Amino acid sequence: MNAQTLRRYLTPPLIALLLAIALFFAGGFINPDFINVTQAINIVRLAAFLGIIAAGQTLVIVSGGEGIDLSVGAVVTLAAILTFRITGGDNNLVGVGLLASLSAGFIVGLLNGIGIALLRIPPLVMTLGMTGVVSGTILVVTQGEMLGATPALMSTYIARPLIFGIPGVIIIWVALGVVMWLLMERTTYGKHLFAIGVNRTAARLSGVRVERVVIITYTLAGLLAALGGFMLLGFAQTVLLNLGDPYRFPSIAAVVVGGTMLTGGKGSYWGTMSGALVLTLIDSLLRAMGLAEAYQLIVFGGLLVLLIAVYGRELNLRQ
Amino acid sequence: MKSLNLQRVFARNTYLISFILLVIVLGINYIVQNNVFELRVLNNNLRTLVPLMLLAVGQSIVVIGGGLDLSVGTLVSMLSALLITWVTPDSTPDQILLAVVLVCAAGMLAGLVNGLVVAYLRLQPMITTYATSFIFSGIALLLLPRPGGSIPRDLSTFYRSPLLDIPLAFYAIALLLLFWSVLRTTRYAQYLYATGSSGAAAYATGVPVRVVRVTTYVWSGLFAALASLTLMLSTGGASQANIGDDMTLDSIVAVVLGGTRLSGGQGGIAGAIIGVMILRVIRNVIFFAAVPTWSQTLVNALIIIAALAGPGLIRLIRRSIGR
Repeated sequence: MNAQTLRRYLTPPLIALLLAIALFFAGGFINPDFINVTQAINIVRLAAFLGIIAAGQTLVIVSGGEGIDLSVGAVVTLAAILTFRITGGDNNLVGVGLLASLSAGFIVGLLNGIGIALLRIPPLVMTLGMTGVVSGTILVVTQGEMLGATPALMSTYIARPLIFGIPGVIIIWVALGVVMWLLMERTTYGKHLFAIGVNRTAARLSGVRVERVVIITYTLAGLLAALGGFMLLGFAQTVLLNLGDPYRFPSIAAVVVGGTMLTGGKGSYWGTMSGALVLTLIDSLLRAMGLAEAYQLIVFGGLLVLLIAVYGRELNLRQ
Repeated sequence: MKSLNLQRVFARNTYLISFILLVIVLGINYIVQNNVFELRVLNNNLRTLVPLMLLAVGQSIVVIGGGLDLSVGTLVSMLSALLITWVTPDSTPDQILLAVVLVCAAGMLAGLVNGLVVAYLRLQPMITTYATSFIFSGIALLLLPRPGGSIPRDLSTFYRSPLLDIPLAFYAIALLLLFWSVLRTTRYAQYLYATGSSGAAAYATGVPVRVVRVTTYVWSGLFAALASLTLMLSTGGASQANIGDDMTLDSIVAVVLGGTRLSGGQGGIAGAIIGVMILRVIRNVIFFAAVPTWSQTLVNALIIIAALAGPGLIRLIRRSIGR
C-alpha cells in the first residue's frame, strides 16, 4: 500500500477509532484489570451518553458560520429534571416525560436558531445566553428542590444490560448513528447543511434557504441534547442542577477529535462517535491510573492538544 | 437620505450602540438605586469590575486578531494561586514587586504557549485554548489545593480607597484607553486588524501573520496576569483553585456587547470596557429592583439576550418597513 492510498483510507474518524482501540489496550499495560468485556461495555456506555449529546453539536458545527452550541449542557439538565418531575418514578409516564423533554429541547433549539439566523447574534453568545435562560427557568420552577424520581423502566432499558449483555443506550446510540448518517448523507437537508457550511453566500445563490437550514439545525441540536438528557437520567438515576454541565465543552471536543473542522462544511457523525470513545477512554484511563486530580487535568489537556495536532490543523497560509 | 447618514454614523462608531445601551441601563440603575453615582458606591462598583475589565481587554485583542481565548479564566485562577504562594502578609515591598513581575512573566509565557500552538501548529483557537485551560486549572489545583492566602493589609486598603476623590478604577480605565490609543497609531495595530479580517490576504501583502497571532495571545496572558493581581487586591489575597474560571465566558460576552464581532478584524478595547460595565450594571439593577433570588439568573440572561438582539431587531423591523 503506498502513501497515497494510505492517506485516502486513514481519515480522521478512522484514526480516532484506531486510537481508541490502542488506548484501551494501553490501559491493560497500566492496569491488567482494565481489559475485560465488562469494562469495555462500561466505557462504550459512558461514551454513548456523550455521543448522543454531541450529535446535535456535530450538525451545528458542520453548518459553519462560527456555529457552536454551548446550551447543550443546560438542555441536558432541563430534560433530565423534566422527566424526573413529570414521571415521579411512574413507569406509565415515561412516554410523557420523553415527549415533554423533546418539546423543551425543540423550543430551546428553535429560539437559538431564530436568534442566530434572524437576529444575527453570534452563535457562541446566543447559545451562552440561552444557557442562562434555561438554567434560570430551572431555578424559577424548581426553587432548587429536586422533587420526583426515576422510573425503574428507564434504568432497565437504558443503563442495564438488555441484549447479550449490551445496555440499551449503546443500541440506541448505534441506531442514532445510522439515522445521523442517513440525515447527513442521503437527504436534501444534509446536502444543504454541508453547502451552507462551506460557503453561505454560494449556497444562497444556488437556492438554499440558508436561514431556514440554520434554524432547523439548531432545533435538531436542541432535540438531540434533550434526548441525551432523557437517556442520562436513566443512567444517573438522580438529578442535579449542574447534571449536564460536564457535557458542554466535551461535546465540542468529541466533534473536533472526530475530525470535524470548527470552520464548518466538513465532518461526519461517525467521527464524533469515535471522538466520544477516545475522550471517554482517556478519562477512564487517567482515573484507572489513580493520578491526583490536578495531574489528571494537566495530562488530559496535554493529550487533547496532541490529539488535535494529529489532524485538526488549519490550512497553511502559503497554500 | 437621513437614514443613510444614521447608518453611516453607526458603522463608523462601533461603540455607539454599546454606549447608548450603557446609558439606558445606567438610567434604569439610577431609578432603582438613587445613590449609584455617589463616590463611595461608584468606587465599590467599579473596583469589583476591574479584573473582568482587564480580562476582556486581553480577550478583545485576541478576538480582533481573529482568534478566541477560552483559557483566560483558568489562567487567572493559576496566576492568582501563583501570586498567593509567593506573597504573604509579611512580604517586603521588594518581594512583592518580584512576585508581581514573575506573575506577569508567567501569564505572558502561558499566552506564548497558546499563541505558538495556534499560529505555528495551526490548531483551531477555540479547541486549543480549551485544552490548555485544563493544564492551567491542573497547575492551579497543584499550587493551591485548599482555598486560602492573604496579602499585606496596606495593599488592599490602598486598593479600596479612592485617590484624590476619584475611584482607582477610573485611573485604570484612563490608562487602558491611553495604552490603546498609543497602540492604534503603530504599524502593529494595522497588522493586527489585517490579520483578523483575513489571515490569507494579510499574509499575501507581507504581514507577519503568525507573529501577530502569537502576540495577541501574549497580550491576553499579560492582561490575565493584571486581572489576577487586581482580583487578589480586591479579595485581600483570599483565593481558591477555580477563582477565575467563570470569568472566561463573561469576558467574551463583554467583548460582543461592546460591539466587537467574533469574526475578527474589527472593534476595540473601549467596547470591551463598556461591555463589562453593562454586564455589571445589569446585575446591579437586578439586585436593587428586588428581583426574587430564584429569578435572578433568568432575568439576567433575558436582559443580556435582549441587549444582544437589539441591533438585529432594529435591522429586521427596518427591512420589513422598507418593503
